[in-house]
Amino acid sequence: MRAFVQLMALAALAALSPAQAQAPTGKVTVLTSFSKDVTDPFKKAFEAAHPGTTVEIQNRNTNAGVKLLEETRSVNQVDIFWASAPDAFEVLKGKKLLQLYKPKAAGIPAKIGAYPINDPDGYYSGFAASGYGIMWNERYAKANKLPDPKEWQDLAKPVYFDHVSIAAPSRSGTTHLTIETILQGEGWDKGWRTIKEWSGNLRNVTERSFGVPDAVNSGQVGYGIVIDFFAFSAQGAGFPVKFVYPTVTTIVPANVGIVANPPNKATAEAFVEYLLSPAGQEVLLDKGIRRLPVRPETYAKAPADYPNPFKDPSLGGKVTFDSGLSSARTAVVDTLYDQLVTFQLDGLKAATKAIHAAEAALAKKDNAAGRAALKEARDLVAKMPVTAEQAASPEIRAAFTGGKEKSARQAELEQQWAASAKAAYAAAEAKANEAAKLAR
Amino acid sequence: MATAIEAPRAPAQRFAATPGQMLLAALIALFLALFLVIPVITVIYVAFTEKGTGAFTLINFYDFARTDLFIASFWNSMYVAAMTVVLASLFALPLAYLTTRFEFRGAGIVQMLGFIPLIMPPFAGAVAMQLLFGRNGTINLLLDDWFGFKIPFMEGLNGVVFAQAVHYFPFILINLSAALRNIDRSMEEAAQNLGSHGFRLFRRVVFPLAMPGYIAGASLVFVKVFDDLATPLLLNVKDMLAPQAYLRITSIGLADPMGYVIAVVLIVVSVAAMGASAWVMKGRDYATVQRGGGGLSKRPMNRSQAIGAYAVVLLILFLVLAPHIGLFLLSIATVWSFSPLPDGYTFAHYARVFAESSVFIKNTLLYATLAGIIDVVLGTAIAYLVLRTKLPGRHWLDWTASAALAIPGVVLGIGYLRTFFDVKMPDGTSFASFWIVIVLALAIRRLPYALRACYAALQQVSASLEEAAENLGATKSRTVRRIVLPLMMGGILAGFVTSFATAAVELSATLMLVQSTSDAPLAYGLYVFMQSPAGRGPGAALGIIAVLLVAVCTLISNWIIERNQHLRSTRT
Repeated sequence: MRAFVQLMALAALAALSPAQAQAPTGKVTVLTSFSKDVTDPFKKAFEAAHPGTTVEIQNRNTNAGVKLLEETRSVNQVDIFWASAPDAFEVLKGKKLLQLYKPKAAGIPAKIGAYPINDPDGYYSGFAASGYGIMWNERYAKANKLPDPKEWQDLAKPVYFDHVSIAAPSRSGTTHLTIETILQGEGWDKGWRTIKEWSGNLRNVTERSFGVPDAVNSGQVGYGIVIDFFAFSAQGAGFPVKFVYPTVTTIVPANVGIVANPPNKATAEAFVEYLLSPAGQEVLLDKGIRRLPVRPETYAKAPADYPNPFKDPSLGGKVTFDSGLSSARTAVVDTLYDQLVTFQLDGLKAATKAIHAAEAALAKKDNAAGRAALKEARDLVAKMPVTAEQAASPEIRAAFTGGKEKSARQAELEQQWAASAKAAYAAAEAKANEAAKLAR
Repeated sequence: MATAIEAPRAPAQRFAATPGQMLLAALIALFLALFLVIPVITVIYVAFTEKGTGAFTLINFYDFARTDLFIASFWNSMYVAAMTVVLASLFALPLAYLTTRFEFRGAGIVQMLGFIPLIMPPFAGAVAMQLLFGRNGTINLLLDDWFGFKIPFMEGLNGVVFAQAVHYFPFILINLSAALRNIDRSMEEAAQNLGSHGFRLFRRVVFPLAMPGYIAGASLVFVKVFDDLATPLLLNVKDMLAPQAYLRITSIGLADPMGYVIAVVLIVVSVAAMGASAWVMKGRDYATVQRGGGGLSKRPMNRSQAIGAYAVVLLILFLVLAPHIGLFLLSIATVWSFSPLPDGYTFAHYARVFAESSVFIKNTLLYATLAGIIDVVLGTAIAYLVLRTKLPGRHWLDWTASAALAIPGVVLGIGYLRTFFDVKMPDGTSFASFWIVIVLALAIRRLPYALRACYAALQQVSASLEEAAENLGATKSRTVRRIVLPLMMGGILAGFVTSFATAAVELSATLMLVQSTSDAPLAYGLYVFMQSPAGRGPGAALGIIAVLLVAVCTLISNWIIERNQHLRSTRT
């Protein structure tokens, strides 16, 4: 099969006249985190628009994709890197694994929401936009008589205890952006407080991005914190799910970039141009894809109720996402979430449950001392082992990269953070129980 | 032939090593070094280096011991592996005992169905089990409706134990059934003559005689569960060792030493478990002389016994086949969300899979077949060298090949990438992107199964037959070809089937090594499908196709084995 394809490619090359040598032809290899539902329609459309080309899809999650390009730098076989998280592209750019290419396509605005669509240095381009939000299963909500959430903070309410799911930010580029967006939108301390408050209601933390919409679709979990197209494409597939964008969300572009030293440069460029062309943008409206196009005119062809960030100023306008800050502390934020939430979920949930119970007790019979104890319990949960300044400090960053300035090894830091969280959650649970007693 | 417990069997007379045998040993050693030892060492040496500088250090092991999470993970893994052995034994014992000891209609089908759970593509099994046993799965929704309570089948560590026991119990079933069949009927009769019967007879005579088979199966289950990462991760259990290693290597990065430290711990525990099982069996000999015509006497059951027996067997079969039932429902479901059964049924998913994915099926057949062939060739050769020659260091071949059992797929995958990426093929592409590498990874990971099967088969062939052949003037190679191999055929085929069946659904190493979709096997295609809402149905359909494909191949080989055995027993 493979040999046959190569033969065909050779034959196609031989048949070309020299004048056409620049026309896209042959195999273009695309490394992507996107699912088959996204890649197949684009593959078909591109191959139809450029006869003689084949799109070869390699599917990997974003982190694994970045690692593959790093490990295989000397013998690169990949033309295109195609994924959501702008962070990953920043990392690739920093490692000089991307090729400079400014697309010729015109008519694409500079910004979507508050976020620049293209890399200012020209190493990668946004081809679709996505926002983060909450999706839920209507049947599940109805069976458990749960209200519809609107904001992140809503998920922290006692009714949602044990009903929410999220992918670990260390595992999912999209959740990482969600966490980072909340931290940038609300500030380090307040942001972490919000995050931990709703994290106390989590049913589980999955290790795959798609694990969350999958669990919501099948009704194993009621609510999921996901990127919008997971919900839209699930609706497209007929699942009884809904989705909402909270106010603090960011609309960020999903990107495409040409890998440094591509085996087939001409076709790689054609692929990028196609994604940005009006025809390519329309493919985004396919019911298995459902992403927000970066061309404003494409929305005219979208189904009713399709969110339009160019028209709806509330979408992603509130936070200006600073990707420099984000990439400087990526490892620290992810590790903090893992050590304080993912691996301490039982302790956090026990504390949260006790806080909910104390709150209910105080609502029935108010008591000042009880209120004070409850506040203490909440503060204990929200307590962070490091400040924003420390998180971005060279000492801590070096612990993760193995640099010289490190004050402690990564494993030591993790153990410290985990131990402090464990103690704080146990203390919070005790305080909350105390508050509940006072209200009796 | 007189029957008695044989005195420790005299070691088969070993022949001096010929140059041909030495060359063979050297080739196998080279193969193992290239495709197992070197790739694994390139990965795990990181465990002994300081991050950043790369200097040699043992500090990482100190950090491991001081991190609560890792220590808790270690004990959780131990607990899950041990409890899985217990639960898997509960599934396997009745099936094995009832089908081998009684006149049980459909015993063949039960044994066959008992093998099926081993053929469950990753992802698919856990997804299907969630739909049936999950918090809002079929069973719990119905229980909640009717009685107002739910049973947490799939929660936490015990959920992992349940899912793992369902998946891996066939290892115990297969080995135990084989052992029970090999017990000499006269042992049982002797015990009965001396007044033993019922449970005492089983406990004191039958079970101890079947012990080697049970221990072999149980240790395999322990090691597989201890090293498995897919099932805990899909059930969102992260505080176990294998998931921790995987999470660290894939999210923190290849340079992080802790992931490799965990990999080293995994390897050490697995090797220790295999060693312990060998040690337990050492010095005891349960072998009986008579072969082929033996086996426990099969008794008829009275009516109530029969009803009870069938009820037990059906219940167990329902439990262990539940993932397949769920997967099949999913493959023909339109939408299945928070309801006991799907909203509607369709065959569209199969149509989509056949239209788009025939290349996956072709690749899977090709890779699994090649891997199976490599495994039995190597397995037979190693077994022959170990049992029939006096080559120095021959046991190392055995140990090295068996150690592959303890190498997590991710570690092997990364090792291959690191070792072979700079090896260029004649056309300038990297050797690591050549599909043969996937076959090699599959073969290495399955080699221990095939090796054990070939080893056992050769152990059952008396060396005196070879001596007789050589005395009659046959050369060594002719003896091997005409006498040894035909007599081993049953075991070789069993080894091939196990390698083939499990290789056809392997994912962890494949996921690291697949370089292009046109080279991808079925499990990879299934993984890709399962990452999107509309892909769940087609993914399940692909899973069902995988199971059927492997089941048919297994049936065919099973048939060949049985015919072979039949021929042999009629000949003697």
